[in-house]
Amino acid sequence: MADKTHVDAVTGTATTGHVWDGIRELNTPLPRWWLWLFYITIVWAVGYWIVYPAWPLVTAFTTGTFGWASRSAVVTDLNELKTLRAPMTTKLAATALADIKSDQALADFAYAQGRSAFRENCGPCHGAGGGGAKGYPNLNDNDWLWGGTLEQIRQTIEFGVRSGHAKAHESQMPAFGRDGMLKSDEIVTVANYVRAIANLATRRGTDLAAGKKLYADNCAVCHGAEGKGNKELGAPDLTDGIWLFGSDEASIIEVITNSRGGVMPAWAGRLDPETIKALAYYVHTLGGGEK
Amino acid sequence: MAQATVAPKSMTFGEGGTAIAFTVLALLSIVVAAKAYTPEYGFHAYLFAAGSVAAVFALFNRYFDRPAAPAPLVIDGKPNYNMGPVKFATVMAVFWGIAGFTVGLYAALELAFPVLNFDLPWISFGRIRPLHTSAVIFAFGGNVLIATSFYVVQRTCRARMVGDIAPWFVVLGYNFFIVIAGTGYLLGITQAKEYAEPEWYADLWLTVVWVVYLLVFLGTLMRRTEPHIYVANWFYLAFILTIAVLHLGNNAAIPVSLFSSKSYIVWAGVQDAMVQWWYGHNAVGFFLTAGFLAIMYYFIPKRAERPVYSYRLSIIHFWALIFLYIWAGPHHLHYTALPDWAQTLGMTFSIMLWMPSWGGMINGMMTLSGAWDKLRTDPVLRMMVVSVAFYGMATFEGPLMSVKAVNSLSHYTDWTIGHVHSGALGWVGYVSFGAIYCLVPWLWNRPLYSVKLVNWHFWISTIGIVLYITAMWVSGILQGLMWRAYTALGFLEYSFIETVEAMHPFYVIRALGGALFLAGALLMAWNLWQTVNARQAEPAATPALVPAE
Repeated sequence: MADKTHVDAVTGTATTGHVWDGIRELNTPLPRWWLWLFYITIVWAVGYWIVYPAWPLVTAFTTGTFGWASRSAVVTDLNELKTLRAPMTTKLAATALADIKSDQALADFAYAQGRSAFRENCGPCHGAGGGGAKGYPNLNDNDWLWGGTLEQIRQTIEFGVRSGHAKAHESQMPAFGRDGMLKSDEIVTVANYVRAIANLATRRGTDLAAGKKLYADNCAVCHGAEGKGNKELGAPDLTDGIWLFGSDEASIIEVITNSRGGVMPAWAGRLDPETIKALAYYVHTLGGGEK
Repeated sequence: MAQATVAPKSMTFGEGGTAIAFTVLALLSIVVAAKAYTPEYGFHAYLFAAGSVAAVFALFNRYFDRPAAPAPLVIDGKPNYNMGPVKFATVMAVFWGIAGFTVGLYAALELAFPVLNFDLPWISFGRIRPLHTSAVIFAFGGNVLIATSFYVVQRTCRARMVGDIAPWFVVLGYNFFIVIAGTGYLLGITQAKEYAEPEWYADLWLTVVWVVYLLVFLGTLMRRTEPHIYVANWFYLAFILTIAVLHLGNNAAIPVSLFSSKSYIVWAGVQDAMVQWWYGHNAVGFFLTAGFLAIMYYFIPKRAERPVYSYRLSIIHFWALIFLYIWAGPHHLHYTALPDWAQTLGMTFSIMLWMPSWGGMINGMMTLSGAWDKLRTDPVLRMMVVSVAFYGMATFEGPLMSVKAVNSLSHYTDWTIGHVHSGALGWVGYVSFGAIYCLVPWLWNRPLYSVKLVNWHFWISTIGIVLYITAMWVSGILQGLMWRAYTALGFLEYSFIETVEAMHPFYVIRALGGALFLAGALLMAWNLWQTVNARQAEPAATPALVPAE
């Protein structure tokens, strides 16, 4: 019901006269501050359109008087970073891996670059701190499958392990159980022998002499007569108490039955040579680097 | 014969036509179920078949039970309002709200303690996160919007809702869509578009439901006995109409086969991203803003018993909001392959949107002038006013975050999650709770069981919201700063996993905030249950009887 003369008693403001389900509307004018802020945002937007890319045209768009474009802005940012790193990167490229540590500034730079690259590229498998996980070697200890000198580490990073790269580390442990080379009771015996040489408890009644013979016939060729491993073949040392796939009897039986062999990608081509150099230096410093 | 004066009962066109349509749909669904490529899709086809058969039975049951004459439009000079569908949608809103908040809490706990996914694909974070967002936005929010819009449009038009079968089709059909969408998430059926994950067949079903919703709403507006259309109805109409357009645009897809749930979107590459966020941002703008502003415009003046602050402001901010919101989507795609000019437009229109949004806040707040004292005694009104305050805060934060310099820090971080939840928990949640606390006593014509419990709900939830959003602000800004931190030598200071580790304590606090919000909602559900069952926690004060001496 329209009643044009209705005035709200509390505020003294006239209403529009309409009533809907008991609801009326005051005829309050727009708040000035609100209106002015609205105008200001519009003026600001128009100004922004003039100086930055804003409106689409038929085949192009208005590019704005600042000449700013996100693509060139990214290129500028990346170039600034390159310029910042350039002196040290040049030095890193020119310095032999073994000589990095004799130049403290260069060593700090290589460490920083290696640390950053390690956490983004290597951390997903080896852990952010290089602590590893089951199936992923710990890089903080001095147990190295493929060698722990600076050059050996660089080689592993560059070409990877079983990565498909022509220069990758290659070796394959046989699946003694799956391929029928050993019977299951023989696998249990030799698994217990392996535990014995690692100074771990063996299953009661195990014929360790038979285990020794099985070991000598099947395992020693790669892991060595003493079980000390062979870095040429990536064959782990079985006596050092470090177990990539677990030391309990079931885990060892599983490895002998089905074989094991992790894969690490080749980083050459994905990371530039300086980054790989820095990574090798960084990993070498983690705790177990060999001379 | 005596009965000769009574008009013979016959099936209406609506009843007959709907029954035939559902019979056809049932048969089609059975064929699809039999030939479906995947068991998940077959399951959905069986749900469609079962739903269709149930609909046919319900239609016949209703036909045999109803009087011969259609329901009168007016009884004793008063409109004969149709409140059945409103009641149903209100109950479903509470049910889905609890379900959606619970799933959200679980998703939050999974982020803090990933082991909680138990390596089960159905409850992995990737599936339950969209289940949560859709449950709270579309299942909870959607039912609140349908319930209140059907209520408000009838009351402010002083007319019975148009249609006999149609309003029931809208509420039941919409909730059936939610069942299809929700089970789809858990089974892994998705077209991987944010807020639009359901596949083509669910989208088609929703389109039919939504068009009927639009027709019922428009028809009721046209039947009005008031000379003018109330402002709440403008907002409802803008919401219904725009959501229809957005839904059709973003879900334009070609199914692989009638017997497959999979479809391909017609848009490709950056165009797809653009259409997706044009949709996504306007799901916020028209579903979560325009629709809930409509709720504000009816329930706050009604509850405060005060006139709306400014009619002129309502006109100006309505049209400004409608015109500007639709442009803002590209601000979700800053620093991506989207062309710079589109990013600029998205950002500048977001800035210009600031005052139109605040127009709604001013109108909601200032309607209280002359009734501020009621905030002390009426926790329902307090809830709605606080919701408007959260609306004002979120609509200031939104334009701020759309500025590219700010966005370069905030984008992809928890700050976004915090921003969304200050709007979702504070604004949408509270204005919905306020409306439901009003609606249930009005619909069932009983006093609210306990006002004290509403007060508890208010404070518990408010603490929850504050914990949630502050945790996400700190976490988000920390995350953004960690991502961009460079050492003096020019290398990234932190790896990604270190930033994830740093989030942990905030994820725990966020989950606690979510748990408090859920606890408040459970109090509400209990309170409403007791209300509907006509119980009374606080009996009217009786004068103390003084024994005679």
